[in-house]
Amino acid sequence: MWDYSDKVKEYFMNPKNVGVIEDANAVGDVGSITCGDALKLMLKVEDGTEKIVNAKFQTFGCGSAIASSSALTEMIIGKTVKEAEKITNQDIADYLGGLPREKMHCSVLGREALETAIANYRGIDLKQLKEDEGPLVCQCFGIHEKFIEKVVTENSLKTVEEVTNYTKAGGGCQSCHPAIEDIIEKAWREKGKFLHVREEAPKHKPVMTNLQKIALITETIEKEIRPALAQDGGDIELIDIAGNEVYIALRGQCASCISAAYTTENIEDKLRELVSPDIVVHLQSD
Amino acid sequence: MDNNATTKVDEMVFEEMKPYFISLYGNPSSMHTFGGQVGKKIEEARERVARLIGAHHTTEIIFTSCGTESDSTAVYSALQAFPERKEIITTRVEHPAIISLSPHLEKQGIAVIQLKVDKYGNLDLNEYDRCLNEETALVTIMTANNETGVVFPVEKMAQMAKERGVLFHTDAVQAAGKIPINMKNSAIDMLSISGHKLHAPKGVGALYLRRGTRFRPFMRGGHQERNRRSGTENVTSIIGLGKAAEIAQAHIEEENIRVKEMRDLLEKEILKRVPRTILNGDKNNRLPNTTNISFEFIEGEGILLLLNELGIAASSGSACTSGSLEPSHVLRAMGVPFTAAHGSIRFSLSRYNTMEEVGYVIENLPPVIENLRSISPYWKDGRPIPEFEPQYK
Ligand code: FES
Repeated sequence: MWDYSDKVKEYFMNPKNVGVIEDANAVGDVGSITCGDALKLMLKVEDGTEKIVNAKFQTFGCGSAIASSSALTEMIIGKTVKEAEKITNQDIADYLGGLPREKMHCSVLGREALETAIANYRGIDLKQLKEDEGPLVCQCFGIHEKFIEKVVTENSLKTVEEVTNYTKAGGGCQSCHPAIEDIIEKAWREKGKFLHVREEAPKHKPVMTNLQKIALITETIEKEIRPALAQDGGDIELIDIAGNEVYIALRGQCASCISAAYTTENIEDKLRELVSPDIVVHLQSD
Repeated sequence: MDNNATTKVDEMVFEEMKPYFISLYGNPSSMHTFGGQVGKKIEEARERVARLIGAHHTTEIIFTSCGTESDSTAVYSALQAFPERKEIITTRVEHPAIISLSPHLEKQGIAVIQLKVDKYGNLDLNEYDRCLNEETALVTIMTANNETGVVFPVEKMAQMAKERGVLFHTDAVQAAGKIPINMKNSAIDMLSISGHKLHAPKGVGALYLRRGTRFRPFMRGGHQERNRRSGTENVTSIIGLGKAAEIAQAHIEEENIRVKEMRDLLEKEILKRVPRTILNGDKNNRLPNTTNISFEFIEGEGILLLLNELGIAASSGSACTSGSLEPSHVLRAMGVPFTAAHGSIRFSLSRYNTMEEVGYVIENLPPVIENLRSISPYWKDGRPIPEFEPQYK
């Protein structure tokens, strides 16, 4: 069972403002039975003052959808249309003491219904609004591009999973995931930020040629390593160099020393320090 | 009322387990008497489980950690034992323990064929027959569906597989202990059981493996379970499973008479008292304890939350209860319309339920449904408004 806040439970168990306003002058119908969430928001707006004097709702949906709808009506009664317009889906979630991540789409449903109701009040053609939604992105849940874009921007969403939590888009067959990724990318680019810019691999200009590297390895062995080994009666033989791979054998005391591996590591460290950090030393035995 | 999810541990089961926690805690693999007596008790459990499913030989029972492990063992064993065969046949309505293996198997180049079901949740044996071929490494089909209780003709299907030389596994997790199972003259090669569905503890299961069946272990290590499932035995739970199997066997008839009676009354009264209600699954061909009912025009999670407040535990195939967004894959495969699928509730009874409890649900459920429908925009004056179409999606 979901971990609902006490307020969500209270607003679900005893929802306020359930029902129909017969003479509503602003109605917002959103969602559908197919998607599993639908909300009909009805408002009575006072002429002149544009004050929302009454708000009622009907919801088909889960506990948090009912709670979000009810909370929304409570939040807007007494406000002017202009004030109500500023309410975001996050405000609805906050009012309820938070919603589980996966249920954020319930708060978005509320916000959407409010917007639609206000558009209806202002006489904006809802059909036209629908036509302006842009291409259909998620077939499974009937969700269009503009809606996803808007929710991404308003809630600073960064991943497909978040988009699904907030809109349901992408929660079915998942074939729309690439399109959702593109929308997220575009929305952030428009904000002047780049989400997934592929880091160009730094182009390394070779600091030295192969011949120079071989010469430097040989010189380091001669000047730095051999004298140090000689102090313990040991010696080193350079067998081969292939790119960054250096093949050596230990001679003298070092050849039979039980710490040969340790000595090799020290040699590698020295070469990395003085020649190149990519050097790998391989110890060969006869 | 949610016993297909899990059951309570029978007190007699618990009593049987108790001494093996503290006083008789030896390792069954030890050479001394202290371990040996525990080993004997495990063998007794094996016998009891074997008896529940009518296995010919006690050694055909392998203890596992759960139904999911038994299922995975069966599937991966068959694929490894027949590496030249690159196909498995299953159904669209299997438990996630099988369904969720598909993407993983497909990545390994195994074709997974999922048989369709009709609107009552039944399989089409002609389709099955067409799918069976020499490429098939394994058929894995549940004995009974966990959501609707629909029982599949696994015996016949196993016979058909056998005629083509194909291995047959059945996930009997939901069926074992509820309906009689007899492996003696069966064509089924492997069968999975889970303890916590039949009043044993959670975290123990068994896999029946017919003697002579090619087998590759899922877990390797020590010599436990005759090298077929390594790892120190979950001794107490295995003992519990054994006792639970014995009790279940004794109650199978009751399950089919008294539990079924309670289920039928519950179902009949709900369908009668609540309008626009649909029974999901095959009315006759199903487990005696399960009923799955859709309440149109409302969403299942709301029903569960309100029932929960009344002290009634049930389960829902609605998407919103699970964090997924689409209703149950079983109901979708059956083509249950969305108007109904979102509001489906499963009641699954056990022999511990009483008529009184059933009566309590019958009395309290209708107002819950009415309450939610009074909030729904698709419902008005005790009737649906089918023509309601949101103007703006
Ligand atoms: S098209 Fe978006 S989830 Fe299927």
